[in-house]
Amino acid sequence: MVTNSVTANRRENLLDSAVTMSLSFCLLVVIIIIWQIVTTFGVLPAYLLPTPAATAQAIWHDLIDPQFWSGQLLQTLYVVLVGFVIAAVMGILIGPLLIVHPLVERSVYPFVVAFQAMPKIAMAPLILVWFGYGHTSKFLITALVAFFPVVVNVIAGLKAGDERQLILMRALRAGWWTRMIRVRIPNALPYIFAGLDIAAVFAVIGAVVAEFLGSSNGLGSLVIIRQTNVDTPGLFSVLFFLAAMGSLLHFVIDAVAKKFTFWSQSADTKVAKR
Amino acid sequence: MTDVCAIDELVNHKSRNKMPLLSINGVSKSYETRRGDNVLAIGEVNLQLAEQEFVSLIGPSGCGKSTLLHVASGLLRPTTGQVLVRGESRPIRAEEFGMVFQDAVLFPWLTIRQNIEMPAQVLRIPKHVYRQRSTQLIELVGLANFGDMYPRELSGGMQQRASIARSLIHDPELLFMDEPFGAVDAITREALNIELQRIRTVARKSVLFVTHSIAEAVFLSDRVVVMSSRPSQIRSVIDIDLPAERGPELIESPEFDSIVRKIHRELGRHGH
Repeated sequence: MVTNSVTANRRENLLDSAVTMSLSFCLLVVIIIIWQIVTTFGVLPAYLLPTPAATAQAIWHDLIDPQFWSGQLLQTLYVVLVGFVIAAVMGILIGPLLIVHPLVERSVYPFVVAFQAMPKIAMAPLILVWFGYGHTSKFLITALVAFFPVVVNVIAGLKAGDERQLILMRALRAGWWTRMIRVRIPNALPYIFAGLDIAAVFAVIGAVVAEFLGSSNGLGSLVIIRQTNVDTPGLFSVLFFLAAMGSLLHFVIDAVAKKFTFWSQSADTKVAKR
Repeated sequence: MTDVCAIDELVNHKSRNKMPLLSINGVSKSYETRRGDNVLAIGEVNLQLAEQEFVSLIGPSGCGKSTLLHVASGLLRPTTGQVLVRGESRPIRAEEFGMVFQDAVLFPWLTIRQNIEMPAQVLRIPKHVYRQRSTQLIELVGLANFGDMYPRELSGGMQQRASIARSLIHDPELLFMDEPFGAVDAITREALNIELQRIRTVARKSVLFVTHSIAEAVFLSDRVVVMSSRPSQIRSVIDIDLPAERGPELIESPEFDSIVRKIHRELGRHGH
């Protein structure tokens, strides 16, 4: 009986995802058709909007170019991943420290809010001045941009959950650490993963900006070079690969999140107000 | 030498039995409001709970019954008075009591069995001890085939059964139950009452039980304590002279009815 309903459920889910996937594909076809019409009838000149074919060709050209992979795409991916990991680790370690005691929280939180309100991108030139035009600067800019979504969600997550779960732990005379491990951290996981998801996207932004400013490789610098050459199909190609990178990170995080927060019915919606 | 020891033990044993398991002596609790006023939630309560006794606290909502439960379990400090455990002035130990809330308050990331075993792990009870107990308790509360399921796969009533099993895992002498069946429907509630009556007879626990339902209090209790609204005080204590073994048929008996009516009058005496 139970297994029957499970298989029925699974079949329903499969059907559901098949329907969504074909709908998404149809939407893509419609977009490309409109795009083709706009370019064919010369509504926009080709140097502003290249044809779908020219764009596809540019993407293909990049895809089979080993130099594009080693000199640009993987460079950016490397910066994104290192920056993201720094942001994630720092956010997960610093978040709990900020709420260790109400007094600490009240005194430190205004700084967190003020720092968060500042566009971190604007700090990128300063970081280049401090750390020079090397990998360190790129990692730091990326980590800085990606850090806040993590830390804010960690804090929100650690405060989430049913207060009575904590009363239960206090009735068992459980100490701070036990309450943390058994109640606060599990409750925080859906929030932390939501924060990591946002952080991954932010990390891509941070890495591209860092490469805009002072880099001779990476997709960010490639964007500048192609802009100078008025290589519009090439620019579209870079955007395509950046979108693909962001999506890939999202799907990886989502898959890990599902493993750890299967019990949370609204894991996707748990995002702290930023 | 041995004789002295034996006498000593005998005396200790005797006094141990005579001492109530829990005495609440002149306990009051006041809160400070945001505006800085002192509000008295409980005013001077004296109450004794003997071993294996089931005592219900009944009274209007917000009358501080839950506060009293929190003071008794050592989660809150009384403003005046003290709580004695077997005559000793000390907070009750975690090993000595279990707690059940209005909702099950299970951890959604743990299976039913893991939820039930959680207190035992926190209290560092050896696994071979608690594993055996959790199996028995899952059976006792009628969840035999649901141990590996997650809380959200179970109904509210079943979740509450799991939380009762959880409160019993470390084999405490005393249970604090704060309106445990307040959130389930009337039919499930009656079934759970009958079940709790059975569990209590099997497990031989003392229970301090907060409820809004007169019938529930009468059905389950040895004594019913009627409380007044804030600041809450004990208005009267009613002994329930019904047989220890109680089944569903009792609810329809005239004796049951007359006690229910008596408490009803007691509650309505001053209006609220």
